[in-house]
Parts: sequence; structure tokens; C-alpha cells
Amino acid sequence: MNIEWYIVLSSLLFAVGAGGILLRRSPVVILLCLELMLNAGNLSLVAFSRMVGNQEGQVFALVVMVVAACEVVVGLGLIVAIFRRRLPLDVDELRELRG
Amino acid sequence: MEAVLFFAAAIGALGGAIGVIAMRNPFYSVLALIIHLFSLAVLFLLLTAAFVAAAQVVVYAGAVMVLYVFVVAYIGGGEESAWESIPGQRLLAPLIGIALFVELAIAVLASSLLALGTDGPDVKAGFGDPAEIGRLLLERFLVPFEATSVLLLLAAVGAIVLASRRGAATGGSGAASAGTPREGEPADAAPGPSIGDLA
Repeated sequence: MNIEWYIVLSSLLFAVGAGGILLRRSPVVILLCLELMLNAGNLSLVAFSRMVGNQEGQVFALVVMVVAACEVVVGLGLIVAIFRRRLPLDVDELRELRG
Repeated sequence: MEAVLFFAAAIGALGGAIGVIAMRNPFYSVLALIIHLFSLAVLFLLLTAAFVAAAQVVVYAGAVMVLYVFVVAYIGGGEESAWESIPGQRLLAPLIGIALFVELAIAVLASSLLALGTDGPDVKAGFGDPAEIGRLLLERFLVPFEATSVLLLLAAVGAIVLASRRGAATGGSGAASAGTPREGEPADAAPGPSIGDLA
């Protein structure tokens, strides 16, 4: 398969993730859409590393995976904290930083 | 054969991605994301990135998704209200997404990278397997590798601090003074799993 196919698929997945972030209002689903965008980035990193025949892009993809895992842990911790305080789980209603 | 596998995995990845944003219930969104991640692992295998594919399945589809499932089960898979605070959000968001894809596709198709239209160079047999990636991580990228371990530790500590009951109780008085209706402090005493408890 041409590398081009992978890159086009990756940009399609990225666009789906970005559209999802704009569309949805539940913070959990927004985190899931962030995962979609990060994974699209990973796919293009691995595809480009195959294109040059160099494994360093794959190491980069692994680091992106670690950063995504950290982001998920902190994001889900925030969501649990929001839920504990009986605040609405809706990003449009959570636009004030206080309380 | 490779084309069949590619298109099957691409359809799986795309269907999973659309399922994530189309499902009303967050629990089904998480399940759709698991399908998406498995399809991406197949794509990584096609790109001769065996170790990245294995890490994708073990770390993402295994550990991270379990965390998501626990949190969605804890907060309850409530559906979001149909009320739109931004007028026309349902219409505008897909349009902006499509515009983004068109822009990216133009950038890819018009790029002067000649190697984009090829299958990539022939690589040696061990390309992307754990031994090669491990050698790169521990020799050339040792400092970034150690930095990610510090980052993971910081994220774990941060999540425990954020989700701990004590943190919720001290912040709770601030929420009460801000006028948020609360039915007493002991409301937090309801037993339930949290990230702090699980970790």
C-alpha cells in the first residue's frame, strides 16, 4: 500500500476527532475524541517512519502514547473530582474557573 | 492481501471513530474506541511496527480503556441534554471537521514528498521489533525515555491528589460559598471506586 493512503486515513481520523470535540459536550467523550486525534497523529508518525525506513518515528509514537496515557489519567481524575462536587458534567456549564 | 487488510482495518478505524462521536451513551463510545484502537494496531502491523502495535493493544486497549470503563461506570453513563448553548453547533461542528479534512488532504496530496507515493524502502527483517526499538530507547533516546517515566509518576500522583476524597472535601466548602446547592458535606461518604482507590 502507498504511504499516501495511510496519511490520508490519518488526516480523516484527525478530522473526525476534531469534529467530535466541537460537537460533543460531555467531558468524557471529549477526552475520547482527544484520544482519536492523538492516535491519528501516531498513525502518521509510524507511516512516515516507514516511508523513510527509519525507526525513530516509532519511538516518537511510543512517547506520544505515554503522554496520552498521562493526559487520560489527569483528565479522568478531573472528571471524578467534578462529579464528586455535584457539578454538571457539561463543558458548556463549566466555563467558570472558580468553585 | 495487504490491500484487503488495509481497507478492512481502515474501515474498522473509521467506523470506531465515528461511533465514538455518534453514540449517545459514553459507555458505547468507549467500546467504539476499543474497536478503533484494535484496527489501528492492525495498521501498525502493516507498517512493520510490531512493537508499537503490541504497545497499542496492551497499553491502550488494555489499561487505558479499563480506566475509562471504570470512570464511566462511576459517573454513570448519562446522556447529554439536547439543549444547545451555541446555536447551530450540531450543524457547524461537522462542517468544520470536513473543512479540516479537506485542508489536510490538499496538504498531503500537493506535497512534494515523492516517497509518499511509494510503499517505502525495503527494510531489514528486524525493522520495528522490540529488540530494535528497545536498543533505540535505551541508547539514543535514553534521556527522553527517563523523562517519560518521571512524567508518568507525576501524572499518577496528580490524579491521586485530584480525585482523593480529602481534596474534594476541602474544595467543597468553596463550592458551597459560591452558591452551589449542596446537601451537606457527608454526601461524599457514598462508597464508590475512584482513581485514588484503584491506584
